[in-house]
Amino acid sequence: MPPLSEVVVTLLGLVTTPSFLDALATTAYAFWAGVIVAVVIGIPVGILMGRSRLLDELLLPWVNIFLSAPLTALVPVLMVLFGFGMRTIIITTTLFAIWIIILNARAGVKNINRSLVEMSRSFGATPLDAFFKIYVWAALPEILGGVRIGVIRAVKGVIIGQLLISIVGFGALFELYASNFLMAEFWAVLIVLFALAFTLSEFLAYLERKIAYYAASR
Amino acid sequence: MSQIDRSLGRAAPAAPPADIAVSVRGVSKNYGDVQALENLSLDFPRGQLTSLLGPSGCGKTTLLKIIAGLIPASSGSVEVDGRPVEGPGPDRAFVFQDFALLPWASVLRNVAFGLELRGVARSEREDRAARYIREVGLAGFEQSFPHELSGGMRQRVGLARALSVDADVLLLDEPFSAVDEQTRRKFQEDMLALVETERKTFIFVTHSIEEAVYVSDQIAILLPRPSRVHEVIRPSISRGGGGNIRRDAEYLDIVDEIWASLRSYVE
Ligand SMILES: Nc1ncnc2c1ncn2[C@@H]1O[C@H](COP(=O)(O)OP(=O)(O)OP(=O)(O)O)[C@@H](O)[C@H]1O
Ligand SMILES: [Mg+2]
Repeated sequence: MPPLSEVVVTLLGLVTTPSFLDALATTAYAFWAGVIVAVVIGIPVGILMGRSRLLDELLLPWVNIFLSAPLTALVPVLMVLFGFGMRTIIITTTLFAIWIIILNARAGVKNINRSLVEMSRSFGATPLDAFFKIYVWAALPEILGGVRIGVIRAVKGVIIGQLLISIVGFGALFELYASNFLMAEFWAVLIVLFALAFTLSEFLAYLERKIAYYAASR
Repeated sequence: MSQIDRSLGRAAPAAPPADIAVSVRGVSKNYGDVQALENLSLDFPRGQLTSLLGPSGCGKTTLLKIIAGLIPASSGSVEVDGRPVEGPGPDRAFVFQDFALLPWASVLRNVAFGLELRGVARSEREDRAARYIREVGLAGFEQSFPHELSGGMRQRVGLARALSVDADVLLLDEPFSAVDEQTRRKFQEDMLALVETERKTFIFVTHSIEEAVYVSDQIAILLPRPSRVHEVIRPSISRGGGGNIRRDAEYLDIVDEIWASLRSYVE
């Protein structure tokens, strides 16, 4: 491993180069697309599982399998199914993030104060009202916790996708630096990646803390 | 207070009014092996206040929720205005024992929430909510959140929410249990005024014998599981004349009588 000072100097020089910015944009695109899909599908599925015994019994074993499965091993299957493009990278990212999001949304709904549900029903809430005005908000602390962990997993997913499926974005940079033994550059990119993931996760943790005051009083 | 005053009391015990708002017929409720209610029948006259009095765990909340249409009866039926209850409806509003406030919403939104679910436009529902917030003595707390309020204040938010939807039947599950004695007395007076002016039907759960006798037209005493109506008492105490009812001999007699019925179950 190169000395840290060298890595830092390399890093400062690197982050303004067009090839780095290009890789950042490509990776960010795949990352956000994957995370958004995971959130948009994962939260409703988790909430529905928390509400419906049938759905829960049907899906929970699968969610648990995928949560702990070595997803990297599935990537070749995805490549056969969806090809070698950006789409498959996004699907890989989603697949890494979604299971914990589902599980946490489900747990949030399971912990909901029954009385709030009864209250909304007594004032004539439709199932849709209950979903958007009660369940989503009541489960919000758990949902945010799930998204926070999901986002970290998505970072892993997007890099694995960019290494295995098609060599683009940060994956391409890692590949390039590693095969040419440019270790300072390699570590610089890794540090940038960690910093970005850390910032994002801290931001979500901050949101979680901000709403923690009502989590206790549910 | 004179004899004549007393005979002019609001509810004559001999002739129950024919106009029944809510009628419970032979209702039983089982929770698994636990039988909470057994073949319970009771009529609630329109425009009057009926208290449900009984030891903890005897099924008062259960009965209220069945009337509200929140849980189904295992057998028997409930009718509101002659129509069988199949679910919640706008003719009934519930005040929950545990308040059931949205922790993420301000007092104003909480009070307006019933109207929000009924599709009332924002400005109108907030006007109406603000009026009831004043009425329950929470003016100035519109923008506070439930966790910033005391238990009694939260309870009043739940009360204001139920009042603001203007339902015919109000189901109140120990609505004053967390308010202080002064507020409680003020609310009792307010509730009596509401019964007089609004012709709403109140179904009121309480643990306090004194409170039940003070505010009720009719008191149903429930005994422990499986619970039936043990006795229906119609206190005919005149509240006119300005005297202190709480020192009235008849008031004290009824309190004693109910206490005698209940005391064996309190241990
Ligand atoms: N959801 C439930 N599942 C199982 N048992 C229940 C349920 N709800 C109530 N019970 C039981 O039914 C009985 C009546 O409960 P309920 O809440 O109606 O009593 P209550 O008269 O309102 O009591 P309190 O005065 O303490 O509020 C109790 O024994 C309780 O354990
Ligand atoms: Mg109760």
